[in-house]
This record gives sequence, C-alpha cells and structure tokens, in this order.
Amino acid sequence: MAAPRMDPLTEPRGVRVALIAVAMGFLALFLFVPLVLVFVKAFEKGVSAYLAAVTEPVALQAIRLTLTTAAIAVPLNLVFGLAAAWAIAKFEFRGKNLLLTLIDVPFSVSPVISGMLFVLLFGAQGLIGPWLYEHDIKIIFALPGIVLSTLFVTSPFVARELIPLMQSQGSEEEEAALTLGAGGWQTFLRISLPKIKWGLVYGVVLCNARAMGEFGAVSVVSGHIRGVTTTLPLHVEMLYNEYQFAASFAVASLLTLLALLTLVAKAVIEHRAGAGIA
Amino acid sequence: MGFTLTYLSLVVLIPLSTVFFKTATLSWSQFQATITSPRTLAAFKLSFGAALAAGLLNAVFGLLIAWVLERYRFPGRRLIDGLVDLPFALPTAVAGIALTTLYAPNGWIGRYLDPLGVKVAYTPLGVIVALTFVGLPFVVRTVQPVLAQLDRGAEEAAASLGAGRFQTFRRVLLPQLLPATLTGFTLAFARALGEYGSVIFIAGNMPMKSEITPLLIMIRLEEFDYAGATAIALVFLCASFSLLVAVNLLSLRMLPARAR
Repeated sequence: MAAPRMDPLTEPRGVRVALIAVAMGFLALFLFVPLVLVFVKAFEKGVSAYLAAVTEPVALQAIRLTLTTAAIAVPLNLVFGLAAAWAIAKFEFRGKNLLLTLIDVPFSVSPVISGMLFVLLFGAQGLIGPWLYEHDIKIIFALPGIVLSTLFVTSPFVARELIPLMQSQGSEEEEAALTLGAGGWQTFLRISLPKIKWGLVYGVVLCNARAMGEFGAVSVVSGHIRGVTTTLPLHVEMLYNEYQFAASFAVASLLTLLALLTLVAKAVIEHRAGAGIA
Repeated sequence: MGFTLTYLSLVVLIPLSTVFFKTATLSWSQFQATITSPRTLAAFKLSFGAALAAGLLNAVFGLLIAWVLERYRFPGRRLIDGLVDLPFALPTAVAGIALTTLYAPNGWIGRYLDPLGVKVAYTPLGVIVALTFVGLPFVVRTVQPVLAQLDRGAEEAAASLGAGRFQTFRRVLLPQLLPATLTGFTLAFARALGEYGSVIFIAGNMPMKSEITPLLIMIRLEEFDYAGATAIALVFLCASFSLLVAVNLLSLRMLPARAR
C-alpha cells in the first residue's frame, strides 16, 4: 500500500505549531514571566542590597523559624504518613474509605480556616485558651501554634504518596519474609521500606516545600510579631506591604529557589523510579 | 493503626470539630445576620465565581497543555513539563507578589493592558489570575497519564473510516479525556476556593468588590469576632464540600454512560 500523503494520526504542521504557541503563551503569562520577574526584581538594587536583605537579623530569624518548623513538622508527618499508608494498604477494616477521606480533609480546607481552628482551640477566647493562659503556656502567636497549623496543612502529603503505591504492591513479599522467620521490624526495614523508597522521598520533598512555604494558616496563628513569629513567607509579606519591594523579592527568591529545587528533586526521583531502581 | 487514628484526631479532627462548637455559641438570628450580611454574600459570590472562572480556564488550557506536552515533540519540552508543577512548589505569598507586580498598571504586562482599559491587579480579574496560577497543574497532571495510555487503535480506526482529525478528536478522544479533565477541574476549583496567600496581594481587598471569603474570615479573626469568623467558615466549608461531592457524583454518572 502506498504511504499516505500525511500521517492521519497527527495534525497538519500549522495546527501543531499554533497549538504549541497557544499553550506556551498561556504558560508564559502565568508561569514563566512571574518566575523570571522574582529574580529580576530581587537584584534590581544590586547584589549588595540583595545580600543585605537576606542577611539582616530579622530575615535570618525568619529563616531559622522556617527551618525549625519544617524540621519538626516534616518528620512527624513522615511517621504519620507511613503509619496511615501501612494501615490502609496492609489491613482490611471497616471505615477504610472514611479514613481515606479524613486523611484528605486538610487538602480541601482553606488554609485560613485551618489556622482559625487552632485559634479557636488555643486562643484567648478559645476552648482551652484560658487554662493555657493561667499556666503561662503560649501556643497561639508563638512557635507551637505555627508548628501545629503547619502539621495540619501538610499532614496528607506523605500519606497520599504512599497509599496508592503500597496498595498496588500488595503484601505477598512481606508475608514471604514473615514465613521465612523475619521479625516485623526486620521485614519493614528490609522488604517494605526499599519498595517504597522513592515514593517516600517524593512525599517528604512535597511536604517540606509546603511546610516551608505555608502562608495562610501560619498567617492566622503567628500574630506577625516581627523578629519573633515571622516565617519566611510572612517576612516577604511584611516587606512587600512596607513597599520594600526589592528586599521582599530578595527574600522571595530564596523561597523560589527552594521551589525550583523541589521540582528538580521531583524530576530526579521520577527518573530513578522510572529506571526501575525502586 | 492506633497511632494513625490518634494522630489524625489530634491534628485534624479535634481542631475541625471546634468549628461546630464555636458556631453553636451564636444564636440562630445572630448566625443568620452574620452570613447574610451584604459583605459576606459579596465575598461568597466572588470566591465561588472567581474559582469557577479560574477552574474553567484551567480546564480548557490544561487540556491543551497536556495534549501539546504529550503528543508533540519540541525543544524545551522536558523543561516545560517539569515547570508546570511550579504552582505546587512555590509558596503562595511569592506567587502573589510576583503576579501583582506583573499585572499592576506599571508592571511588565499590566502596562500594556492598562491603555486598553483592562485593569487586572486590584480587581476581581486579578483574583481570577491568581486562582488560575494556583490551579494550573491540576488538569494537566490528571489528563496527561490518561492521554499517554490511550489506545491509538481507536484513532486509527476513526481515521481509516474517513473521520477528519478534528472529528476524531471530538468524537473519539474528547469523551475519553473528559472524566480526567473534570477531576482536574474539581481539584483546581477546590484549591482555588480556599486560596488565600496569592490572592490577597493582587485583589486590592475592597469590601463588597474584591474581598474573598478567606480574607473576610481573617478580618473577623483580627477583630476578635471569633464566632462571626466561624459562622462564615462553617457555611463556606459546607458549601464547598457539597459542591465537590456534587461534581464527584456527576463524574461517576458520566463514566458508565461511556461504558455502554
């Protein structure tokens, strides 16, 4: 049979180019130009102004607070994600779907409402706020509140990554290990953990990005006490609202770098997982 | 198992239940007055309207982007594919200040729109721009895997039976991509409804005009009107949950229709 004049399974060249152009135009307007803008504005007043903005004491404190928050929230949610995925993938019980839905709840609750929940619980007029006040325990407008609201917002990430992965893998290999005399802990370390390694790393990367970048929920509970309870995103907001645009974008560029690193990590993980290393 | 439940109740369930306790401290008439005040209603309308508009924009362009990334080969495709996830990774406050600076009347893009009489920043249009940004990856990422696994046989059959390319797309491909698009739309819509960080910078936040519901909740909290904030939050939560359930049911009903 004679070769067709044109591949019937694709579009004419003109249409292809036009579709690519429209798609890229849309992405440029909403993604690429804003991304470039962050770095251009950050260095608008020169490198020394940039360095000054990211090394001033308040900025350093914000970096420290953000790192501390992530250092507490990410490991806790890692353990939770593992336990939740384990429970859902390896056991049969009633209410499994309900549990799945509950794990997802923080994704569909507005960050502001998430933060509000903790104000309602621990705030001055809150349920146990007065008791805390009497005992001089500060949660709202202090580190514990920031950590708690970050925990809430980032709790689904690791679990969401691991549940489908562990469900698709089944538990035959674990059962084999157990019959061969391995202990529960040994089975977990030797069999289960290597199988989910990349999914786990990916979940942690996403969880970390969100923990460091969370704005709405933290904004509600932080109280914006400069140099005490301002995380990096809040610091960006305060500088911006004071019309210190270059400094604001300088700090924002740190967070943008973190986001780009997250994307690189994601690409690397997908590549390695795809290569069959997992 | 026990740990999962304990952790979930401590971190998620107990905080969530306080919404109901706190709302219960309001009398019915107070509750009604709070949620039907013109300012609250305007915020509801803006939040749902802008989230819907952004979701629809993302559905159309997300489908297109997924198609282009999956079916065509062009320089920089891999890089662009990776960058689509940027809105997931970029802190919303950063997105907010970048988009505002870009679309402000003297910004890189805003300065060309301003003479045309199009004002983006500090108007409801700006809210839609910000919400489109945060929801951008959802449709792309739900449609892409479906597109990759489609059986090319059906397309070949359609072509050999004399269907034009556009006809094949509309009759053969689109129905198969629609459920994934709808899922992506739902996710983008849900995310957009609750979004706060990126919107507050670009919206201008004028009561009755460009004030979104999460911001109104924030303002009530700052006024220490906790009960008022909670009442708005409760209605907002219920409305968004029921909308999501409705869309999910709709997509469930669409699936068997195709299997027939």
